[in-house]
Amino acid sequence: MDNRQKEINNLKDYKYGFSTDIENIQAPKGLNEDVIKFISNIKKEPEWMLEFRLKAFERFKVLKEPDWQKPKFPKIDYQDLYYYSAPKSMKDKPKSLDELDPKLLETYKKLGIPLQEQARLNGIAVDAVFDSVSVATTFKDELTKQGIIFCPISEAIQNHPQLVKKYLGSVIPTSDHFFATLNSAVFTDGSFVYIPEGIRCPMELSTYFRINASNTGQFERTLIIADKGSYVSYLEGCTAPMRDENQLHAANVELIALDDAEIKYSTVQNWYPGDKDGKGGIYNFVTKRGLCKGKNSKISWTQVETGSAITWKYPSCILKGDNSVGEFYSIAITNNHQKADTGTKMIHLGKNTKSKIISKGISAGSSDMTYRGLVDISSKAKNSTNYTQCDSLLMGNKCGAHTVPYIKNKNSESNIAHEATTSKISEEQLHYCQQRGLNPEEAVGLIVNGFCKEVLQQLPMEFAVEAQKLVGISLEGSVG
Amino acid sequence: MKEQLQKDFDNSIKNLSLSQKDIEIKKFCLENFIDKGFPNKKEEDWKFSDLNQIIKNNIGELSFYNDQTSTNKVDTSVFVDGLEHNKIVFINGRIEKIDFEYEKKDQIEIIDQSETINEFKNSNSLSDLNNAFTNKCFKILVKKGYQLTKPLIIYHTTNSKIWSKNINLRLNFELDKDSSLRLIDLFNDTSEKNFLNIFYNFELKENAVLKNYKVDRFENKNIKYSFNNIDQDKNSISETFILSSGSNFSKNEINCNLNGVYASAFVNGVFSLNNDKHHEIRSIINHLTENTKSYQLIKSVLDESSKAVYQGKIFVNSDAQKTDGYQLSKAILLNKESEFNAKPELEIYADDVKCSHGSASGSLNEDSIFYLMSRGLSYQQSRELLINGFLLDVVEKITDSEIKNLIKNMIGIKE
Repeated sequence: MDNRQKEINNLKDYKYGFSTDIENIQAPKGLNEDVIKFISNIKKEPEWMLEFRLKAFERFKVLKEPDWQKPKFPKIDYQDLYYYSAPKSMKDKPKSLDELDPKLLETYKKLGIPLQEQARLNGIAVDAVFDSVSVATTFKDELTKQGIIFCPISEAIQNHPQLVKKYLGSVIPTSDHFFATLNSAVFTDGSFVYIPEGIRCPMELSTYFRINASNTGQFERTLIIADKGSYVSYLEGCTAPMRDENQLHAANVELIALDDAEIKYSTVQNWYPGDKDGKGGIYNFVTKRGLCKGKNSKISWTQVETGSAITWKYPSCILKGDNSVGEFYSIAITNNHQKADTGTKMIHLGKNTKSKIISKGISAGSSDMTYRGLVDISSKAKNSTNYTQCDSLLMGNKCGAHTVPYIKNKNSESNIAHEATTSKISEEQLHYCQQRGLNPEEAVGLIVNGFCKEVLQQLPMEFAVEAQKLVGISLEGSVG
Repeated sequence: MKEQLQKDFDNSIKNLSLSQKDIEIKKFCLENFIDKGFPNKKEEDWKFSDLNQIIKNNIGELSFYNDQTSTNKVDTSVFVDGLEHNKIVFINGRIEKIDFEYEKKDQIEIIDQSETINEFKNSNSLSDLNNAFTNKCFKILVKKGYQLTKPLIIYHTTNSKIWSKNINLRLNFELDKDSSLRLIDLFNDTSEKNFLNIFYNFELKENAVLKNYKVDRFENKNIKYSFNNIDQDKNSISETFILSSGSNFSKNEINCNLNGVYASAFVNGVFSLNNDKHHEIRSIINHLTENTKSYQLIKSVLDESSKAVYQGKIFVNSDAQKTDGYQLSKAILLNKESEFNAKPELEIYADDVKCSHGSASGSLNEDSIFYLMSRGLSYQQSRELLINGFLLDVVEKITDSEIKNLIKNMIGIKE
């Protein structure tokens, strides 16, 4: 009885904490060439793709897990993970939403993503990812009319090999760092987006991620290409069921913007952060990198990070084209025993390039948060500017907030400005709000939302509302 | 390098009368250094300044043995005019003179501490090198309640007798309760291609006040590393000013531990560089207890292909509530080839704190130049006026007016 009650309580803590029973096809445990061949085979991949994977694996074998990050974690046994699992009922792909496994549909309902309704009402094309295989892609027709390709990357490999071959690994090469290389070797699925020349994508593209089978490292690969003069806004939102064991998530996201193109990439991440004592939770080690390849291109990252036991990611922009623009807006909230080491890299290579970094960190409970960022203006990047602002808010005396910016300026005609502050919510502000009838929790919520406003404003409407609520929920119980 | 180190070490030990135990400690330090070598860019603290490479490119082979049996003649012409002061004179790394002529003899004690003590927190392989090769180490103790009437100037002089040498210096200071010391380090080098490795340790007791001004302004081809460790008790104040300009390479490290309540630390620095010079300031301020304060201001003017690095860290312990920490670094890049790198870092574990940092780098503001030119100044004059004002800001932070004027005169900054 006691145990049962405990379980229920645990479930109550995490709104999205449940897992569905669907039989999985799994690759044998461990990581070796056979497993990579198994993945490649089951995905019916062409020869060049397998070569790509094996090349990455060769490199992976000589790499060592990095250890310079602030949050330390127990050593991961990479041979003790499953690198592929897919719901069994997926073997014969459904043609429409109605053919989907009713259990799957129910899972989405619990998550608050009723596919049909949401797609119809919001005009969002949803490419839902259940574990590692894309289940359904909606609104395909409308996108196809415009020539936009939005599909699982495994499909793109088969149907658009020339595009994938040209761009996959062009921003995050197979010779990159440890986790990126691991992803290149074993990635299972993800999204592929191609916006043709001069097209403005008529709707927000969105993917919901879910990690389901236990012991499965999830390795997503996303590739977005915006051709000349195009525009796309892409949304990524995540929730994961409750698990005791830590789960590794090492995704790679590559963005490529050609001349005059713009990509807006927004993330709301709310994976299972572990329980109040820091047990369990997701390891979120993601490599996100955007290349402003063409002139006047723009890449903008917006992220709201509230989940995961450890978040370790630096969405970056390489500003190669002249006049290109990179932006990074981030809110990171850690509570209980969560840890985050996040920030961005802005690498200015072209002339007249501009970048802006706004980072807001909030740590509560016994959590630990680090902003780590790099602004590098190379000697050729004439007349470039960067503005960085990173503010941290501390709640309680057991948490930590750190700022580690690296600033390199090699060009005398370029300007860099950096500001950072760390403080707590002032008694005056709290008092003022309470005087006007708010209880302490509401007052803190209001102040924190104000603190984050600059970033929340950057999110698309649908996300902004969800994110604002999430900010409040994440800090529940941290006041007083 | 290993054989050279071993040989030079044996030579330097021979001339010293050390106990067996001290020799063992020195040997241990030497082995540590041989093991680690000079710091290189793989170490996070040396990321922007690869000392190993710099020594290789600028000096080549170093030798570590200094024959210090004969005395050097003290050249009085280097002494500062127009300011009465106490003196310590180092020539080629050898202490030639300690002179507290303006002070009460019984209030200052000079203790020979030549046995090696490695107390440095935050140590690197250079502290091992220093431990292995320093042969004289003095501790200067300022007694309770005594405030030195005149400043103390330490002259670091090297002459053309030495080249490709490593010189290691060490001094310890203890400022007892309610005492105060004004200390100026003046570097005067006519030598070339030497590596100076200087370690200072300061212990500040309750209410003690330390003002340390480091002035390196004469052109020279030497490579310098200087480490200040400052431990501060209740209500104590430390003020450090660094003028970093003359040497080919220079790195100043300040490690400040604010152990007592209401202790405060100020670090101000000016980089004025040209000509391929590469200078760095790295400061670590550890706020270890509540109600402590720190303030840092670093300004750089970089011409030709010079490079400046500022790494500043504010650490706030979970006990250090009500900490006030501030850090600002600004740089003007005058030339296409010049470079400024910064890593202003905050590591904070307490919530009721006020900590902030700012960093900006860029070119001279063309609008300001236009403004001045429209009022009749030439381009060159406007530029100089702006740079002058930019640097004056830091010099004005010097709290001692006598020394402020001295430094202003030295570097030709006008009000």
